[in-house]
Amino acid sequence: MTTIVTDNCNGCRFTDCVTVCPVACFHADETMLYIDNNVCIQCSACIPLCPVHAIYADDDIPEDQAHWIEINAERSQALPVVTEKQDALPGAEARKAALGY
Amino acid sequence: MDAFLGTERNPLQVAVVGSGPSGFYAAEALLKSGQAVRVDMIERLPAPYGLVRYGVAPDHPKLKEAILAYQVIAQLPHFSLLANVNVGRDIEVDELRAHYHAIVFACGAEADRRLGVPGEDLAGSHTATEFVAWYNGHPDYRERSFDLSAEVAVVIGQGNVAADVCRILAKSVDELRATDIAQHALDALAASRVREIHLIGRRGPAQAKFTNKELKELGELACCDTQVDPRDLALNAESLAELQSKANYISAKNVEILRDLAARALGGRPRRLLFRFLESPLELVGAGRLEELVLVRNRLEGSPFQQSAHSTGETARLRCGLLFRSIGYAGVPIPGCPFDARQGIFPTRDGRLVDATDAVIPGLYAAGWIKRGPSGIIGTNRADSVATVKSLLADVPSLPSGAKAGSAGLAPLLAQRAVRAVSLDDWRVIDAHEVARGEPLGKPREKFTRVAEMLGCLDGGAVSQR
Repeated sequence: MTTIVTDNCNGCRFTDCVTVCPVACFHADETMLYIDNNVCIQCSACIPLCPVHAIYADDDIPEDQAHWIEINAERSQALPVVTEKQDALPGAEARKAALGY
Repeated sequence: MDAFLGTERNPLQVAVVGSGPSGFYAAEALLKSGQAVRVDMIERLPAPYGLVRYGVAPDHPKLKEAILAYQVIAQLPHFSLLANVNVGRDIEVDELRAHYHAIVFACGAEADRRLGVPGEDLAGSHTATEFVAWYNGHPDYRERSFDLSAEVAVVIGQGNVAADVCRILAKSVDELRATDIAQHALDALAASRVREIHLIGRRGPAQAKFTNKELKELGELACCDTQVDPRDLALNAESLAELQSKANYISAKNVEILRDLAARALGGRPRRLLFRFLESPLELVGAGRLEELVLVRNRLEGSPFQQSAHSTGETARLRCGLLFRSIGYAGVPIPGCPFDARQGIFPTRDGRLVDATDAVIPGLYAAGWIKRGPSGIIGTNRADSVATVKSLLADVPSLPSGAKAGSAGLAPLLAQRAVRAVSLDDWRVIDAHEVARGEPLGKPREKFTRVAEMLGCLDGGAVSQR
Protein backbone atom coordinates (compact mmCIF):
# COMPACT_ATOMS: atom_id res chain seq x y z
CA MET A 1 0.00 0.00 0.00
CA THR A 2 1.28 3.42 -0.95
CA THR A 3 0.11 6.97 -0.51
CA ILE A 4 2.06 9.72 -2.26
CA VAL A 5 2.19 13.46 -2.87
CA THR A 6 2.31 14.32 -6.57
CA ASP A 7 3.01 17.19 -8.92
CA ASN A 8 0.13 19.49 -7.88
CA CYS A 9 1.80 20.11 -4.52
CA ASN A 10 4.90 21.43 -6.24
CA GLY A 11 4.72 25.21 -5.89
CA CYS A 12 1.67 25.16 -3.57
CA ARG A 13 2.66 23.31 -0.39
CA PHE A 14 -0.53 24.25 1.46
CA THR A 15 0.34 21.75 4.29
CA ASP A 16 -3.31 21.26 5.38
CA CYS A 17 -2.59 17.55 5.08
CA VAL A 18 0.05 17.47 7.82
CA THR A 19 -2.42 18.68 10.48
CA VAL A 20 -4.45 15.48 10.21
CA CYS A 21 -1.63 13.01 9.77
CA PRO A 22 -1.92 10.66 12.77
CA VAL A 23 1.68 9.47 12.52
CA ALA A 24 3.76 12.43 11.27
CA CYS A 25 4.84 10.93 7.95
CA PHE A 26 5.08 14.14 5.87
CA HIS A 27 8.47 15.59 4.95
CA ALA A 28 9.10 18.86 3.16
CA ASP A 29 11.61 20.66 1.02
CA GLU A 30 11.30 24.22 -0.27
CA THR A 31 8.87 23.25 -3.03
CA MET A 32 6.57 20.48 -1.80
CA LEU A 33 5.77 17.62 0.60
CA TYR A 34 6.62 13.93 0.46
CA ILE A 35 5.18 10.92 2.34
CA ASP A 36 7.29 8.32 4.09
CA ASN A 37 5.41 5.09 3.44
CA ASN A 38 7.45 3.26 6.06
CA VAL A 39 5.54 5.33 8.61
CA CYS A 40 2.23 6.11 6.84
CA ILE A 41 -0.64 3.92 8.08
CA GLN A 42 -2.64 4.40 4.87
CA CYS A 43 -5.59 6.02 6.67
CA SER A 44 -6.15 8.51 3.82
CA ALA A 45 -7.12 11.33 6.22
CA CYS A 46 -4.84 13.66 4.26
CA ILE A 47 -6.32 12.98 0.82
CA PRO A 48 -9.51 15.08 1.07
CA LEU A 49 -7.65 17.88 2.91
CA CYS A 50 -5.46 18.78 -0.06
CA PRO A 51 -6.89 21.86 -1.81
CA VAL A 52 -5.35 20.75 -5.14
CA HIS A 53 -5.84 16.95 -4.96
CA ALA A 54 -2.11 16.25 -4.97
CA ILE A 55 -2.33 13.14 -2.78
CA TYR A 56 -3.20 9.73 -4.20
CA ALA A 57 -3.24 6.18 -2.87
CA ASP A 58 -2.56 2.85 -4.53
CA ASP A 59 -4.43 2.21 -7.76
CA ASP A 60 -5.82 5.74 -7.82
CA ILE A 61 -2.35 7.06 -8.59
CA PRO A 62 -2.61 8.43 -12.15
CA GLU A 63 -0.21 6.74 -14.55
CA ASP A 64 1.51 9.98 -15.43
CA GLN A 65 2.21 10.55 -11.71
CA ALA A 66 3.57 7.10 -10.93
CA HIS A 67 7.17 8.34 -10.93
CA TRP A 68 6.35 10.21 -7.73
CA ILE A 69 6.25 6.91 -5.82
CA GLU A 70 10.02 6.66 -6.02
CA ILE A 71 10.55 10.38 -5.47
CA ASN A 72 8.40 10.29 -2.28
CA ALA A 73 10.37 7.29 -1.04
CA GLU A 74 13.73 8.96 -1.63
CA ARG A 75 13.01 12.55 -0.63
CA SER A 76 11.08 11.65 2.55
CA GLN A 77 14.19 9.91 3.89
CA ALA A 78 16.38 12.96 3.33
CA LEU A 79 14.10 15.73 4.61
CA PRO A 80 12.74 16.86 8.00
CA VAL A 81 9.26 15.90 9.23
CA VAL A 82 6.56 18.57 9.07
CA THR A 83 3.72 18.25 11.57
CA GLU A 84 2.29 21.74 11.74
CA LYS A 85 0.49 23.91 9.24
CA GLN A 86 2.79 26.34 7.47
CA ASP A 87 2.09 29.26 5.17
CA ALA A 88 1.52 28.12 1.61
CA LEU A 89 4.24 29.04 -0.87
CA PRO A 90 4.01 32.45 -2.56
CA GLY A 91 1.93 31.99 -5.67
CA ALA A 92 0.10 28.95 -4.26
CA GLU A 93 -3.34 30.51 -4.66
CA ALA A 94 -2.64 31.42 -8.27
CA ARG A 95 -1.38 27.92 -8.97
CA LYS A 96 -4.46 26.44 -7.29
CA ALA A 97 -6.72 28.52 -9.52
CA ALA A 98 -4.69 27.59 -12.60
CA LEU A 99 -5.12 23.91 -11.68
CA GLY A 100 -8.87 24.43 -11.60
CA TYR A 101 -9.48 24.07 -7.86
CA MET B 1 3.82 33.53 46.14
CA ASP B 2 4.08 30.70 43.63
CA ALA B 3 6.43 30.84 40.68
CA PHE B 4 4.92 31.61 37.29
CA LEU B 5 2.70 28.83 36.05
CA GLY B 6 4.28 26.77 33.29
CA THR B 7 7.82 27.10 34.62
CA GLU B 8 9.92 24.31 36.14
CA ARG B 9 9.23 25.55 39.67
CA ASN B 10 5.48 25.56 39.04
CA PRO B 11 4.70 23.24 36.15
CA LEU B 12 1.30 23.28 34.48
CA GLN B 13 -0.50 20.16 35.72
CA VAL B 14 -2.95 18.85 33.14
CA ALA B 15 -5.26 15.85 33.35
CA VAL B 16 -6.29 14.40 29.98
CA VAL B 17 -9.39 12.27 30.40
CA GLY B 18 -9.40 9.50 27.79
CA SER B 19 -6.57 7.67 26.05
CA GLY B 20 -7.78 7.45 22.47
CA PRO B 21 -6.42 9.45 19.55
CA SER B 22 -7.67 12.86 20.70
CA GLY B 23 -6.24 12.30 24.19
CA PHE B 24 -2.83 11.34 22.88
CA TYR B 25 -2.69 14.22 20.41
CA ALA B 26 -3.65 16.64 23.19
CA ALA B 27 -0.92 15.19 25.40
CA GLU B 28 1.61 15.52 22.59
CA ALA B 29 0.72 19.15 21.89
CA LEU B 30 1.00 19.97 25.61
CA LEU B 31 4.30 18.17 26.13
CA LYS B 32 5.86 19.75 23.05
CA SER B 33 4.59 23.25 23.89
CA GLY B 34 7.88 24.47 25.31
CA GLN B 35 6.26 25.18 28.68
CA ALA B 36 6.90 23.10 31.78
CA VAL B 37 3.89 20.76 31.65
CA ARG B 38 2.99 17.51 33.40
CA VAL B 39 0.35 15.40 31.68
CA ASP B 40 -1.54 12.64 33.46
CA MET B 41 -3.69 10.67 31.06
CA ILE B 42 -6.66 9.14 32.89
CA GLU B 43 -8.39 6.18 31.27
CA ARG B 44 -11.32 4.24 32.69
CA LEU B 45 -10.19 0.85 31.30
CA PRO B 46 -6.86 -0.76 32.21
CA ALA B 47 -5.88 -0.62 28.51
CA PRO B 48 -5.11 2.59 26.62
CA TYR B 49 -5.69 3.64 22.98
CA GLY B 50 -9.49 3.92 22.97
CA LEU B 51 -11.03 3.47 19.54
CA VAL B 52 -7.75 2.45 17.93
CA ARG B 53 -7.82 -0.64 20.13
CA TYR B 54 -11.59 -1.09 20.40
CA GLY B 55 -12.98 0.57 17.27
CA VAL B 56 -10.62 0.09 14.34
CA ALA B 57 -11.57 -3.19 12.67
CA PRO B 58 -9.27 -6.15 13.35
CA ASP B 59 -8.74 -6.71 9.62
CA HIS B 60 -7.24 -3.21 9.35
CA PRO B 61 -3.97 -3.83 11.20
CA LYS B 62 -2.18 -1.05 9.34
CA LEU B 63 -4.54 1.55 10.85
CA LYS B 64 -3.85 0.14 14.30
CA GLU B 65 -0.22 1.15 13.78
CA ALA B 66 -1.33 4.59 14.95
CA ILE B 67 -0.57 3.01 18.33
CA LEU B 68 3.14 3.13 17.45
CA ALA B 69 2.85 6.93 17.35
CA TYR B 70 1.06 6.91 20.73
CA GLN B 71 3.81 4.78 22.24
CA VAL B 72 6.29 7.47 21.21
CA ILE B 73 4.12 10.18 22.80
CA ALA B 74 3.85 8.13 25.98
CA GLN B 75 7.67 8.12 26.17
CA LEU B 76 7.87 11.91 26.28
CA PRO B 77 9.17 13.24 29.60
CA HIS B 78 6.43 14.15 32.10
CA PHE B 79 3.76 11.89 30.59
CA SER B 80 2.00 9.50 32.97
CA LEU B 81 -0.80 7.01 32.47
CA LEU B 82 -3.44 6.49 35.14
CA ALA B 83 -5.56 3.79 33.61
CA ASN B 84 -8.37 1.82 35.30
CA VAL B 85 -9.55 5.12 36.82
CA ASN B 86 -13.09 6.20 35.98
CA VAL B 87 -13.65 9.96 36.13
CA GLY B 88 -17.09 10.64 37.55
CA ARG B 89 -17.10 7.39 39.53
CA ASP B 90 -13.66 6.74 41.07
CA ILE B 91 -12.68 10.40 40.98
CA GLU B 92 -15.00 13.40 40.81
CA VAL B 93 -14.37 16.18 38.34
CA ASP B 94 -14.12 18.62 41.27
CA GLU B 95 -11.39 16.46 42.79
CA LEU B 96 -9.49 16.62 39.52
CA ARG B 97 -9.90 20.38 39.50
CA ALA B 98 -8.37 20.54 42.95
CA HIS B 99 -5.20 18.81 41.76
CA TYR B 100 -4.80 20.04 38.19
CA HIS B 101 -4.64 23.47 36.60
CA ALA B 102 -6.50 22.22 33.56
CA ILE B 103 -8.48 19.18 32.44
CA VAL B 104 -8.88 18.16 28.83
CA PHE B 105 -11.83 15.83 28.26
CA ALA B 106 -11.04 13.56 25.33
CA CYS B 107 -13.46 10.81 26.25
CA GLY B 108 -15.04 10.24 22.86
CA ALA B 109 -18.61 9.34 21.96
CA GLU B 110 -19.46 5.98 23.50
CA ALA B 111 -23.22 5.88 23.14
CA ASP B 112 -25.12 5.30 19.95
CA ARG B 113 -27.82 7.31 18.30
CA ARG B 114 -31.25 5.77 18.00
CA LEU B 115 -33.32 5.34 14.87
CA GLY B 116 -36.41 6.42 16.79
CA VAL B 117 -38.70 3.90 15.09
CA PRO B 118 -41.04 1.26 16.56
CA GLY B 119 -39.47 -2.13 17.20
CA GLU B 120 -35.97 -0.74 17.55
CA ASP B 121 -35.41 -2.71 20.74
CA LEU B 122 -36.54 -6.10 19.42
CA ALA B 123 -34.09 -8.95 19.92
CA GLY B 124 -31.88 -9.12 16.85
CA SER B 125 -31.70 -5.32 16.54
CA HIS B 126 -28.37 -3.93 17.71
CA THR B 127 -26.12 -0.93 17.48
CA ALA B 128 -22.97 -1.15 15.41
CA THR B 129 -21.16 0.15 18.51
CA GLU B 130 -22.04 -2.97 20.49
CA PHE B 131 -21.01 -5.32 17.70
CA VAL B 132 -17.75 -3.49 16.98
CA ALA B 133 -16.81 -3.32 20.66
CA TRP B 134 -17.72 -6.99 21.08
CA TYR B 135 -15.61 -8.32 18.21
CA ASN B 136 -12.78 -6.07 19.37
CA GLY B 137 -12.88 -7.56 22.88
CA HIS B 138 -14.06 -4.49 24.83
CA PRO B 139 -14.66 -5.60 28.45
CA ASP B 140 -18.01 -3.74 28.66
CA TYR B 141 -19.33 -5.86 25.80
CA ARG B 142 -17.77 -9.21 26.73
CA GLU B 143 -21.06 -10.73 27.83
CA ARG B 144 -23.08 -9.60 24.81
CA SER B 145 -24.22 -12.26 22.41
CA PHE B 146 -25.33 -11.89 18.84
CA ASP B 147 -27.60 -14.44 17.25
CA LEU B 148 -26.01 -14.94 13.85
CA SER B 149 -28.41 -17.71 12.84
CA ALA B 150 -30.43 -15.46 10.52
CA GLU B 151 -29.63 -15.60 6.81
CA VAL B 152 -30.47 -11.97 6.11
CA ALA B 153 -28.75 -9.15 7.98
CA VAL B 154 -29.26 -5.39 7.63
CA VAL B 155 -26.76 -2.63 8.32
CA ILE B 156 -28.18 0.90 8.51
CA GLY B 157 -25.68 3.64 7.72
CA GLN B 158 -23.40 4.90 4.99
CA GLY B 159 -20.10 5.46 6.68
CA ASN B 160 -16.95 3.59 7.53
CA VAL B 161 -18.33 1.90 10.66
CA ALA B 162 -21.21 0.49 8.63
CA ALA B 163 -18.60 -0.73 6.13
CA ASP B 164 -16.61 -2.38 8.93
CA VAL B 165 -19.67 -4.25 10.20
CA CYS B 166 -20.47 -5.43 6.67
CA ARG B 167 -16.94 -6.72 6.17
CA ILE B 168 -16.85 -8.62 9.43
CA LEU B 169 -20.19 -10.24 8.56
CA ALA B 170 -19.09 -10.92 4.97
CA LYS B 171 -15.66 -12.38 5.58
CA SER B 172 -14.99 -16.01 6.35
CA VAL B 173 -13.45 -16.80 9.73
CA ASP B 174 -10.33 -17.96 7.88
CA GLU B 175 -9.90 -14.40 6.67
CA LEU B 176 -10.17 -13.10 10.25
CA ARG B 177 -8.31 -15.80 12.14
CA ALA B 178 -4.88 -14.15 12.00
CA THR B 179 -6.14 -10.75 13.20
CA ASP B 180 -6.49 -9.52 16.78
CA ILE B 181 -10.26 -10.18 16.72
CA ALA B 182 -11.49 -11.48 20.08
CA GLN B 183 -11.66 -15.26 20.24
CA HIS B 184 -15.28 -15.24 21.48
CA ALA B 185 -16.25 -13.28 18.35
CA LEU B 186 -14.32 -15.58 16.06
CA ASP B 187 -16.12 -18.57 17.58
CA ALA B 188 -19.53 -16.97 17.13
CA LEU B 189 -18.77 -15.84 13.57
CA ALA B 190 -17.67 -19.38 12.69
CA ALA B 191 -21.25 -20.47 13.26
CA SER B 192 -22.76 -17.51 11.39
CA ARG B 193 -25.46 -18.37 8.87
CA VAL B 194 -25.61 -14.86 7.44
CA ARG B 195 -25.73 -15.09 3.65
CA GLU B 196 -27.17 -11.76 2.60
CA ILE B 197 -26.23 -8.34 3.95
CA HIS B 198 -28.26 -5.26 3.04
CA LEU B 199 -26.36 -2.01 3.55
CA ILE B 200 -29.00 0.70 3.66
CA GLY B 201 -28.52 4.48 3.52
CA ARG B 202 -31.11 7.22 3.65
CA ARG B 203 -29.42 9.38 1.04
CA GLY B 204 -27.92 8.61 -2.35
CA PRO B 205 -24.58 7.30 -3.64
CA ALA B 206 -23.23 10.84 -4.07
CA GLN B 207 -23.77 11.58 -0.36
CA ALA B 208 -22.35 8.37 1.11
CA LYS B 209 -19.66 9.03 3.71
CA PHE B 210 -17.36 6.09 2.99
CA THR B 211 -13.74 6.83 2.30
CA ASN B 212 -12.79 5.59 -1.18
CA LYS B 213 -10.58 2.90 0.26
CA GLU B 214 -13.29 1.43 2.52
CA LEU B 215 -15.85 1.42 -0.26
CA LYS B 216 -13.47 -0.20 -2.71
CA GLU B 217 -12.68 -2.88 -0.16
CA LEU B 218 -16.36 -3.86 -0.03
CA GLY B 219 -16.17 -4.70 -3.73
CA GLU B 220 -13.10 -6.90 -3.30
CA LEU B 221 -14.31 -9.46 -0.77
CA ALA B 222 -13.15 -13.02 -1.30
CA CYS B 223 -16.31 -14.78 -0.13
CA CYS B 224 -18.97 -12.20 -0.85
CA ASP B 225 -20.45 -10.78 -4.04
CA THR B 226 -21.32 -7.12 -4.06
CA GLN B 227 -24.47 -5.92 -5.74
CA VAL B 228 -25.34 -2.35 -6.67
CA ASP B 229 -28.63 -1.55 -8.37
CA PRO B 230 -27.88 0.57 -11.46
CA ARG B 231 -31.19 2.40 -10.89
CA ASP B 232 -29.73 3.86 -7.69
CA LEU B 233 -27.00 5.45 -9.81
CA ALA B 234 -29.45 7.50 -11.86
CA LEU B 235 -28.63 10.65 -9.90
CA ASN B 236 -30.71 13.80 -9.65
CA ALA B 237 -29.40 17.06 -11.10
CA GLU B 238 -28.33 18.37 -7.69
CA SER B 239 -26.23 15.29 -6.98
CA LEU B 240 -24.62 15.50 -10.42
CA ALA B 241 -23.79 19.14 -9.65
CA GLU B 242 -22.19 18.04 -6.36
CA LEU B 243 -20.02 15.56 -8.21
CA GLN B 244 -18.95 18.14 -10.76
CA SER B 245 -17.41 20.30 -8.07
CA LYS B 246 -13.72 19.53 -8.43
CA ALA B 247 -13.19 19.75 -4.67
CA ASN B 248 -15.72 16.93 -4.15
CA TYR B 249 -13.47 14.31 -5.72
CA ILE B 250 -13.91 11.81 -2.87
CA SER B 251 -17.65 11.51 -3.56
CA ALA B 252 -17.03 11.46 -7.31
CA LYS B 253 -14.65 8.57 -6.81
CA ASN B 254 -17.19 6.78 -4.58
CA VAL B 255 -19.81 7.02 -7.32
CA GLU B 256 -17.27 5.78 -9.87
CA ILE B 257 -16.54 2.76 -7.65
CA LEU B 258 -20.27 2.06 -7.28
CA ARG B 259 -20.78 2.32 -11.07
CA ASP B 260 -18.04 -0.25 -11.57
CA LEU B 261 -19.73 -2.54 -9.05
CA ALA B 262 -23.14 -2.08 -10.69
CA ALA B 263 -21.69 -3.11 -14.04
CA ARG B 264 -20.07 -6.23 -12.66
CA ALA B 265 -21.64 -9.71 -12.83
CA LEU B 266 -22.04 -11.61 -9.57
CA GLY B 267 -19.29 -14.16 -9.01
CA GLY B 268 -21.16 -17.04 -7.37
CA ARG B 269 -19.61 -16.37 -3.96
CA PRO B 270 -21.41 -17.82 -0.92
CA ARG B 271 -22.40 -14.43 0.54
CA ARG B 272 -23.88 -11.34 -0.99
CA LEU B 273 -23.71 -7.67 -0.01
CA LEU B 274 -26.44 -5.43 -1.42
CA PHE B 275 -26.02 -1.65 -1.45
CA ARG B 276 -29.35 0.12 -1.02
CA PHE B 277 -29.72 3.86 -1.23
CA LEU B 278 -32.49 6.38 -0.54
CA GLU B 279 -34.29 4.17 1.99
CA SER B 280 -35.01 4.66 5.70
CA PRO B 281 -36.28 2.19 8.28
CA LEU B 282 -39.87 2.87 9.33
CA GLU B 283 -40.50 -0.03 11.66
CA LEU B 284 -38.93 -3.23 12.90
CA VAL B 285 -41.53 -6.00 13.10
CA GLY B 286 -41.49 -9.36 14.84
CA ALA B 287 -43.01 -11.46 17.61
CA GLY B 288 -40.42 -10.99 20.32
CA ARG B 289 -37.57 -10.81 17.86
CA LEU B 290 -36.84 -9.10 14.57
CA GLU B 291 -38.48 -10.79 11.61
CA GLU B 292 -39.10 -8.02 9.15
CA LEU B 293 -38.00 -4.47 8.40
CA VAL B 294 -40.36 -1.92 6.89
CA LEU B 295 -38.54 0.62 4.76
CA VAL B 296 -39.66 3.80 3.10
CA ARG B 297 -38.26 5.14 -0.15
CA ASN B 298 -36.74 8.63 0.08
CA ARG B 299 -36.09 11.40 -2.36
CA LEU B 300 -33.54 14.14 -1.96
CA GLU B 301 -34.62 17.73 -1.49
CA GLY B 302 -32.51 20.84 -1.32
CA SER B 303 -29.74 22.53 -3.22
CA PRO B 304 -26.39 20.84 -3.96
CA PHE B 305 -24.49 19.94 -0.75
CA GLN B 306 -27.63 20.77 1.29
CA GLN B 307 -29.75 17.84 0.17
CA SER B 308 -31.67 15.91 2.79
CA ALA B 309 -33.76 12.75 2.56
CA HIS B 310 -37.55 13.02 2.56
CA SER B 311 -40.04 10.20 2.54
CA THR B 312 -41.91 9.47 -0.67
CA GLY B 313 -44.43 7.37 1.26
CA GLU B 314 -43.58 4.32 -0.87
CA THR B 315 -42.79 1.41 1.45
CA ALA B 316 -41.06 -1.92 1.06
CA ARG B 317 -40.66 -4.90 3.39
CA LEU B 318 -37.55 -6.97 3.95
CA ARG B 319 -37.44 -10.27 5.83
CA CYS B 320 -34.40 -10.19 8.10
CA GLY B 321 -33.33 -11.51 11.48
CA LEU B 322 -30.41 -9.27 12.34
CA LEU B 323 -29.97 -5.51 12.16
CA PHE B 324 -27.15 -3.15 13.08
CA ARG B 325 -27.61 0.59 13.11
CA SER B 326 -24.62 2.80 12.52
CA ILE B 327 -26.12 6.24 12.26
CA GLY B 328 -23.85 8.17 14.56
CA TYR B 329 -22.68 8.25 18.14
CA ALA B 330 -23.20 10.44 21.13
CA GLY B 331 -21.01 11.28 24.08
CA VAL B 332 -21.89 10.23 27.62
CA PRO B 333 -22.30 12.89 30.32
CA ILE B 334 -19.86 13.10 33.23
CA PRO B 335 -21.13 14.58 36.52
CA GLY B 336 -19.52 17.98 36.98
CA CYS B 337 -19.38 18.78 33.26
CA PRO B 338 -21.97 20.57 31.13
CA PHE B 339 -23.60 18.37 28.50
CA ASP B 340 -25.50 19.10 25.32
CA ALA B 341 -27.89 16.16 25.25
CA ARG B 342 -29.25 16.98 21.81
CA GLN B 343 -25.87 16.82 20.10
CA GLY B 344 -24.33 14.36 22.57
CA ILE B 345 -21.30 16.55 23.16
CA PHE B 346 -19.74 18.78 25.81
CA PRO B 347 -20.62 22.33 24.78
CA THR B 348 -17.45 24.27 23.99
CA ARG B 349 -16.15 27.48 22.49
CA ASP B 350 -12.70 27.15 20.93
CA GLY B 351 -12.21 23.98 22.95
CA ARG B 352 -13.18 25.61 26.28
CA LEU B 353 -16.16 24.11 28.12
CA VAL B 354 -19.04 26.54 28.49
CA ASP B 355 -21.96 26.41 30.93
CA ALA B 356 -25.68 26.83 30.25
CA THR B 357 -25.24 30.61 30.02
CA ASP B 358 -22.46 30.14 27.46
CA ALA B 359 -19.86 31.34 29.97
CA VAL B 360 -16.44 29.67 29.86
CA ILE B 361 -15.71 27.34 32.78
CA PRO B 362 -12.08 28.11 33.62
CA GLY B 363 -9.66 25.21 33.34
CA LEU B 364 -11.99 22.76 31.57
CA TYR B 365 -11.45 21.83 27.91
CA ALA B 366 -12.56 19.20 25.42
CA ALA B 367 -11.05 17.63 22.33
CA GLY B 368 -12.05 15.03 19.77
CA TRP B 369 -15.49 13.47 19.42
CA ILE B 370 -16.80 14.71 22.79
CA LYS B 371 -16.09 18.23 21.50
CA ARG B 372 -17.20 18.19 17.89
CA GLY B 373 -19.27 15.00 17.59
CA PRO B 374 -18.34 11.77 15.83
CA SER B 375 -16.91 12.97 12.54
CA GLY B 376 -13.67 12.40 10.73
CA ILE B 377 -11.10 9.69 11.13
CA ILE B 378 -8.17 9.14 13.48
CA GLY B 379 -6.00 11.94 12.12
CA THR B 380 -8.83 14.47 12.12
CA ASN B 381 -8.54 14.43 15.89
CA ARG B 382 -4.95 15.60 15.78
CA ALA B 383 -5.84 18.96 14.28
CA ASP B 384 -8.76 19.18 16.72
CA SER B 385 -6.66 18.46 19.82
CA VAL B 386 -3.93 20.86 18.71
CA ALA B 387 -6.57 23.60 18.44
CA THR B 388 -7.88 22.90 21.96
CA VAL B 389 -4.38 22.90 23.44
CA LYS B 390 -3.71 26.23 21.73
CA SER B 391 -6.68 27.69 23.65
CA LEU B 392 -5.48 26.09 26.87
CA LEU B 393 -1.97 27.47 26.54
CA ALA B 394 -3.34 30.92 25.73
CA ASP B 395 -5.29 30.77 29.01
CA VAL B 396 -2.28 29.89 31.19
CA PRO B 397 -1.61 33.49 32.29
CA SER B 398 -5.19 33.77 33.56
CA LEU B 399 -5.46 30.36 35.28
CA PRO B 400 -5.08 30.36 39.09
CA SER B 401 -1.32 29.97 39.41
CA GLY B 402 -1.12 28.13 42.74
CA ALA B 403 0.96 24.94 42.60
CA LYS B 404 -1.05 21.76 42.00
CA ALA B 405 -0.09 18.27 43.06
CA GLY B 406 -1.31 16.33 40.01
CA SER B 407 -1.22 12.56 40.41
CA ALA B 408 0.40 12.84 43.84
CA GLY B 409 -2.82 14.50 44.94
CA LEU B 410 -4.95 11.75 43.45
CA ALA B 411 -2.95 8.85 44.88
CA PRO B 412 -4.40 8.96 48.42
CA LEU B 413 -7.95 9.25 47.05
CA LEU B 414 -7.43 6.24 44.78
CA ALA B 415 -5.85 4.24 47.60
CA GLN B 416 -8.72 5.09 49.93
CA ARG B 417 -11.22 3.92 47.26
CA ALA B 418 -9.24 0.75 46.49
CA VAL B 419 -8.70 1.76 42.88
CA ARG B 420 -5.65 0.07 41.34
CA ALA B 421 -4.39 2.68 38.88
CA VAL B 422 -2.60 1.09 35.94
CA SER B 423 0.61 2.90 34.98
CA LEU B 424 2.41 2.79 31.66
CA ASP B 425 4.79 0.16 33.02
CA ASP B 426 1.81 -1.89 34.25
CA TRP B 427 0.20 -1.63 30.84
CA ARG B 428 3.41 -2.89 29.20
CA VAL B 429 3.13 -6.02 31.35
CA ILE B 430 -0.49 -6.60 30.30
CA ASP B 431 0.43 -5.85 26.68
CA ALA B 432 3.24 -8.43 26.72
CA HIS B 433 0.84 -11.05 28.11
CA GLU B 434 -1.64 -10.34 25.31
CA VAL B 435 1.03 -10.62 22.63
CA ALA B 436 2.27 -13.90 24.16
CA ARG B 437 -1.28 -15.29 24.23
CA GLY B 438 -1.69 -14.46 20.55
CA GLU B 439 1.51 -16.07 19.41
CA PRO B 440 0.47 -19.76 19.38
CA LEU B 441 -2.73 -18.72 17.57
CA GLY B 442 -0.87 -16.84 14.87
CA LYS B 443 -2.51 -13.60 16.03
CA PRO B 444 -0.75 -10.30 16.75
CA ARG B 445 -2.31 -10.52 20.21
CA GLU B 446 -5.16 -12.19 22.05
CA LYS B 447 -6.77 -9.40 24.05
CA PHE B 448 -7.89 -9.86 27.59
CA THR B 449 -11.60 -9.19 27.48
CA ARG B 450 -12.21 -8.85 31.20
CA VAL B 451 -10.82 -6.14 33.47
CA ALA B 452 -10.04 -8.73 36.15
CA GLU B 453 -7.89 -10.67 33.67
CA MET B 454 -5.88 -7.57 32.84
CA LEU B 455 -5.37 -6.67 36.48
CA GLY B 456 -4.49 -10.30 37.16
CA CYS B 457 -1.28 -9.78 35.15
CA LEU B 458 -0.11 -7.31 37.79
CA ASP B 459 1.00 -7.57 41.40
CA GLY B 460 2.03 -11.21 40.97
CA GLY B 461 -1.48 -12.11 39.90
CA ALA B 462 -2.38 -15.65 39.03
CA VAL B 463 -3.18 -15.24 35.34
CA SER B 464 -1.18 -17.79 33.40
CA GLN B 465 0.94 -16.81 30.40
CA ARG B 466 -0.92 -19.16 28.13
